[in-house]
Amino acid sequence: MTDNIHPLTRAALPGLTQRYASEKRFRLIGLSAVVLSLSFLVFLIGGIAFRGMGAFVQTEMQIEVSAETVENHTGSSFALMRKISLENFEASARSERRLSVSMVGEGADEDLENALADLGSFSGTARVWVRASDDIDVAWKADLDPEMMTTLRPKQVEWLQALANEDRLRTSFNTGFFTNGDSREAERAGIGGAFVGSLLTLSVCLLLSFAVGILAAIYLEEFAVKNKFTAFLEVNINNLATVPSIIFGLLGLAVFLNVFGLPRSSSLVGGMVLALMTLPTIIIASRVSLQAVPPSIREAALGLGATRVQAVFHHVLPLALPGMLTGTILGMARALGETAPLLMIGMVAFIADVPGGFTDPATALPVQVYLWSDIPERAFAEKTSGAILVLLVFLLLMNLTAIIMRKKLEKKW
Amino acid sequence: MTYKNHRDGLVELNRFHIDSNEEDISIMSAKKTLSNAVLTAATVVGFAGFTGAASASEEVRIVGSSTVYPFSTIVAERFGRSTNFPTPIVESTGTGGGFKLFCAGVGDDTVDVSNASRAIKASEVKMCNDNGVKNIIEVKVGYDGIVMANALGAFEYNLSTRDIFLALAKDIPDGNGGLKPNDNVTWADVNPQLPNTKIEVLGPPPTSGTRDAFVELALEGGCKQFEMIAALKDSDGDKYKAVCHTVREDGSFIEAGENDNLIVQKLSANSDALGICGFSFLDQNSDKVQAAKVNDVEVSFDAIADGSYPISRPLFFYVKGEHLSVVPSLKPFLEAFISDDATGEFGYLADRGLIPMGEEERTKYLNQIIKQMGNM
Repeated sequence: MTDNIHPLTRAALPGLTQRYASEKRFRLIGLSAVVLSLSFLVFLIGGIAFRGMGAFVQTEMQIEVSAETVENHTGSSFALMRKISLENFEASARSERRLSVSMVGEGADEDLENALADLGSFSGTARVWVRASDDIDVAWKADLDPEMMTTLRPKQVEWLQALANEDRLRTSFNTGFFTNGDSREAERAGIGGAFVGSLLTLSVCLLLSFAVGILAAIYLEEFAVKNKFTAFLEVNINNLATVPSIIFGLLGLAVFLNVFGLPRSSSLVGGMVLALMTLPTIIIASRVSLQAVPPSIREAALGLGATRVQAVFHHVLPLALPGMLTGTILGMARALGETAPLLMIGMVAFIADVPGGFTDPATALPVQVYLWSDIPERAFAEKTSGAILVLLVFLLLMNLTAIIMRKKLEKKW
Repeated sequence: MTYKNHRDGLVELNRFHIDSNEEDISIMSAKKTLSNAVLTAATVVGFAGFTGAASASEEVRIVGSSTVYPFSTIVAERFGRSTNFPTPIVESTGTGGGFKLFCAGVGDDTVDVSNASRAIKASEVKMCNDNGVKNIIEVKVGYDGIVMANALGAFEYNLSTRDIFLALAKDIPDGNGGLKPNDNVTWADVNPQLPNTKIEVLGPPPTSGTRDAFVELALEGGCKQFEMIAALKDSDGDKYKAVCHTVREDGSFIEAGENDNLIVQKLSANSDALGICGFSFLDQNSDKVQAAKVNDVEVSFDAIADGSYPISRPLFFYVKGEHLSVVPSLKPFLEAFISDDATGEFGYLADRGLIPMGEEERTKYLNQIIKQMGNM
């Protein structure tokens, strides 16, 4: 039997089991590396999602409004809200009046006003939903876990229990979280301002870095002579791509703010700084995709009498564009997640108003996360996670677009 | 097909980036480089052209201490909502960084207010004066306490500032009139009445105002109780400062970042550790952490306000007098900040952890401010 085996095979036989085993081991180690990194990711995102989901809903409480109070009231709706909360949560001592008033949240007066407008005229008493204060919000979302009620006074806990027993608490979708600007009141704070700021900043960044980056890449790749000087340039560009982003912030401070006197904290300056940061990334990606276009295409165009510019713009560029766009989107995604360069130019700031233009003071999404994470009030913990979730979704969409674009438009030769 | 002229903007732009990596950016060199950087300059000037008209900044701009930031933002937000003025913009740059921006000069593109967790230094006043900022109005907001906290349910510490110094200083007296590197490993080494657990204190990094105040009040407070060190103060001031202000670096003091929330989280995970954080964080997390007594005084609202709790400090903000007439919303904002509603004894800032001044001290300060504003 053994005589039939080819001599080469026989030479390979000893140690075959070990070799198979080592292959198996390697695969196993590789697989466990993937599983480990995936589980880290799931743990991280899962944790954030778990904590952050609460930010998208807002606790509301049903309060009783008597027609008499409304009719007799003459002052602002804020004062009316105050009067009504005192009626709902009866406080005997003077010190308790404050507790009673702080059961409802900032902006409850607006809810009341809207609810009364919807009701029209009514008699007797009506029940309307208004938003609850952040302490009540935190407690209710934790199912009245005593550990989450430490900021409430005993009297407030009593009122809260009563409301819960009568089924007068609910959570509803928190549109304010997406439309409002920053606020120090958790029930009013939203990412609207930061979101608009991010959009404005990114659009300035895209406009500048895409135009400059692609022109630079085309020039360097298609027109510049290859010599020591261009080699030096290439090294520099690659180097720049890895420069810590805060350096670009310093540059922005020194040049855009101090020399040119552009407005501090504006998304215009933010976009310009981020454009400088993403430029090298875009130039490198664009050059690579230009290099990937086969020379035969250029040669054919030139051979048929096209000028160099025609060859590039009519034939090479359209083929290289998908790759360039992918690089640009990835660069933009990085720019979206940056806070460090924005710190130097004043975009890490408390800005309550939603920016209306490129020169208005603005923040950005990651900045909002950074700022909220440092606030002592507990209700901001879930807001922070909520903002991270929105940022992650935004990033995911951008990266997904990049991948789809690459898959759809990419040409293989 | 020859492109010999390579001195286009990009080259210079790159070189500038690399320079900035290695040394300070001087505006002169930036200008020089930019005169070559055709590409960037053209873009920037283009933008500057059409934004110039719109940049009449009307909102109050505030920079400075991260400790005052939470209070400043609350006043700013209320001010923006209750008046027709735009909401002031508050940046948290740290006290020192704030004064740098504040003292940069007078004019549209400089800030109006700087928050501080300590009084302005003479050197900073000089820097301001040199740049034309001469009318600096000092406003004291109130007080802030710094607590040493540990996990709820763990040992309830009672530390003296002497204990804190012996546990956390880099060098301590060796008992023979000299100094030796700190060799205390457990709290029991410091003071036999304390438990036999390893010294592990989480605190903010040196850039933080909280750290400055902690070092100045707690470490130095304990440090000067040693006669030989107290004697140093007169004979060798630099040495005294070095001994009293240097925190040990052998792992017993752990720099945990500026974020107090993070410190609170770490404390509840490690019941052996102590952490240094602001009083407002203790207030919000009383279900997770407890504060150590310092010099037998339990930290409380009243103990900080009357000064009996040793690690507390005043909070300030500084207003640029020159801007009062230029920025229309500055004066109303200043008035909102010093109003009874905000910084008074029962003001809304007190709800958020600010410790207001006593009635007498407050009246004194207010009169001073009004007098100062009247002079302008």
